Amino acid sequence: MLDVNLERVRAGLRTEEDLSLLHEVSASTAGVSRLEMCIQCGTCGGSCPSAADMDHTPRMLFAMLRAGMREFVLRSNTPWICVSCYHCVVRCPQNVHIADVMYSLKGMAIKAKLYQDSTAPDFSRTFVDMVEDYGRSYEFGLATRHYLKHFPLRLPGMTSMAFGMLTKERMTITPKRIKNIRQLKAILKRAKEVETSNEAGGAR
Amino acid sequence: MSEYLLYPGCSMESSAKAYYDSLMKVAEPLGLHLKEIEDWNCCGATEYLGISLTPAYALISRNLALAARQANGTRTVVAPCSACYLNLAKADYYMREQPRLGHMVNEALAAGDLAYEPGSLDVRHLLDVIVYDIGLDIVKEKVVRPLTGLRVAPYLGCMVPRPDFEHRWSDHEHPVELDQLLKALGAEVIDFPLKTHCCGGHMTQIGPDTAFELIRRLVSSADTYHADLMATLCPMCQLNVDAYQGEMNRHFGTSYHMPVVFFTQLIGLALGLEAKELGFGSEMVSARKALAKIGLEAPEPVAAAPAKAHKAEGLPMPPPLTRRARKGSREGEVKS
Repeated sequence: MLDVNLERVRAGLRTEEDLSLLHEVSASTAGVSRLEMCIQCGTCGGSCPSAADMDHTPRMLFAMLRAGMREFVLRSNTPWICVSCYHCVVRCPQNVHIADVMYSLKGMAIKAKLYQDSTAPDFSRTFVDMVEDYGRSYEFGLATRHYLKHFPLRLPGMTSMAFGMLTKERMTITPKRIKNIRQLKAILKRAKEVETSNEAGGAR
Repeated sequence: MSEYLLYPGCSMESSAKAYYDSLMKVAEPLGLHLKEIEDWNCCGATEYLGISLTPAYALISRNLALAARQANGTRTVVAPCSACYLNLAKADYYMREQPRLGHMVNEALAAGDLAYEPGSLDVRHLLDVIVYDIGLDIVKEKVVRPLTGLRVAPYLGCMVPRPDFEHRWSDHEHPVELDQLLKALGAEVIDFPLKTHCCGGHMTQIGPDTAFELIRRLVSSADTYHADLMATLCPMCQLNVDAYQGEMNRHFGTSYHMPVVFFTQLIGLALGLEAKELGFGSEMVSARKALAKIGLEAPEPVAAAPAKAHKAEGLPMPPPLTRRARKGSREGEVKS
């Protein structure tokens, strides 16, 4: 891994092993990530249906993570290409929660604004904004906002599909709402405060 | 009759309406008593988890808290949607594995006067309940119109058989439950090698090239095995393989025609219910030909109705100035 060594030097790592990044990722992963148990066997990358489109296979990404290469890890497109199929998760001999680590890395990349392409973060953000407003997902609003911004050229080819979805009543133009949206908003507001103090704790 | 708490999930009200409608039709005859969780909210799909940990799990857990409060003698939550099933199961499992997460989530839930004790509910998928609680023998007894001669590719996708925290399935990669159920309905079930492969998930929205290749693999494999249709149990899989099949075909210059329906729709047919009341006709890749093979008539696809075909051109536009101008522009469209 010549280029990885080069990246290490460029990243200005002071010590041979800087595990603070690994700990930070583990702290922001649900459950017990077992990330430190990775033995670099590569079963994950070999099982991945979308590895061909990734900058780094999960194995490589975990090696970089262990090496403390924060910026390179958070800039990698790998977590964004992960399709959450869990093939790697059930095959990993060390039972690393790989898919959940990918979710954590996305969240960290968004916070550090280190992603290369805004398509996926924007999609997640728009989806979540609508869920926070209505309590339900809102496909029509999501699709129109997302496609107009990121895939205007796909729209002409999609009109008949969108038309079919509307006439077959598989998509509605107005959003559905839950009754007690105030309760949900209060819960999410508190959750964000809890998360902020969790991050402060995790980064220690 | 067993009683279950139902978490339908957002898709069941929109893109996967056929799944919901057919489930409602087959529940009674199968002896499934489903009680919807009142005022449930979206599970966040695969989007919220990638933004922020505690809010994502608090969003999921509000549903668990509501379900636990509503539970009356039952402790089983049934989710028909894969992503919903996994999110609910995941929240429950991770809060047990890592009590700190449970504390953080409960701190958030307290702001809405709710609480959830991890482990107090069983989160199960609809297929699991039908195969293991109701049982294949009972299903077989109820079949009045066996699907003899219909070649079906059983397609589960990813998030039901994996990661499978509670070891509910026969295998993570080649589980047999859906095959067995479809066989009980009398269908000819192909040994579909890609039965738990990925449909692309949200990549149809954010990285279409990645998604189209995954959809192509599925459809091409099912086609190679001469499947008449694919039967799925996941709204996302159905949406991707069905609604994006046309765009995928254009992307690769292929002409696959592989209908994808929900397994509950096929249960309904075998129980003698009519295709229309089971949501057939709402698929984008029509299942008419497949149903005709077993002597059933599916409703006319909406898009084929001549009166409405003109509207397929797009969003509402001012009326064309002259007849000729309109004709010209339509011809131009065909060429491009």
